[in-house]
Amino acid sequence: MVEWLTAEISSKYNYWVSILLMLIGFYAIIAKDNLIKKIIGLSIFQTAIFLFYISLGVVRKGTAPIVSEEMILKGYAYVNPLPHVLILTAIVVAVATTAVALSLIIRLYEEYGTIEETEIIGAIKRKEADQDRPAF
Amino acid sequence: MTMLIDFALLFLVIIIAIAAVTLKDLLSATLLLGAYSFLMALIWVGMQSVDVAFMEASVGAGATTAFMIAALSRMTRWEKK
Repeated sequence: MVEWLTAEISSKYNYWVSILLMLIGFYAIIAKDNLIKKIIGLSIFQTAIFLFYISLGVVRKGTAPIVSEEMILKGYAYVNPLPHVLILTAIVVAVATTAVALSLIIRLYEEYGTIEETEIIGAIKRKEADQDRPAF
Repeated sequence: MTMLIDFALLFLVIIIAIAAVTLKDLLSATLLLGAYSFLMALIWVGMQSVDVAFMEASVGAGATTAFMIAALSRMTRWEKK
């Protein structure tokens, strides 16, 4: 039982690393107050998921999926190219997300002069309280 | 041998991710994120997915870092706490 467990854990180490990276990124998204730090956490989270997907397609002793007919006839194995295609699209989407988030943060900085989340929320609440006060 | 390189790269990636999250200097954190992306590209070359590695090295390590430095040049460099 123990031998089976250690073998199972050590042979699938890519998955464990990807889970660890996901947790690091998730911690940054939730616990950090700085908005840039949140974006960095988001990037790490996304890359961890890419690592998981690419690990799914790996074939032992497989070559890159650029093969000729001759190589297939000789019996060469090649890794599954389907996760690669999915992740190729996901990387581009990740960059677009980061760019949009950064532009929003720049706008927030112009408006409030800070990129700390609690300070921005405090400034918004103060502004709302000022508006609710009756003017007489 | 290939497994040894794999282990070293995965270990380095985890260390760099923790450093990028915990540093107070946002510019250093951004540059560490670029290094992280580039190491990820190396891991993907090790897993024979060369097209993804290409994309990550150019777009993930290059364009994202450039965007983040451009954004940081318009705001403060240090994280408060």
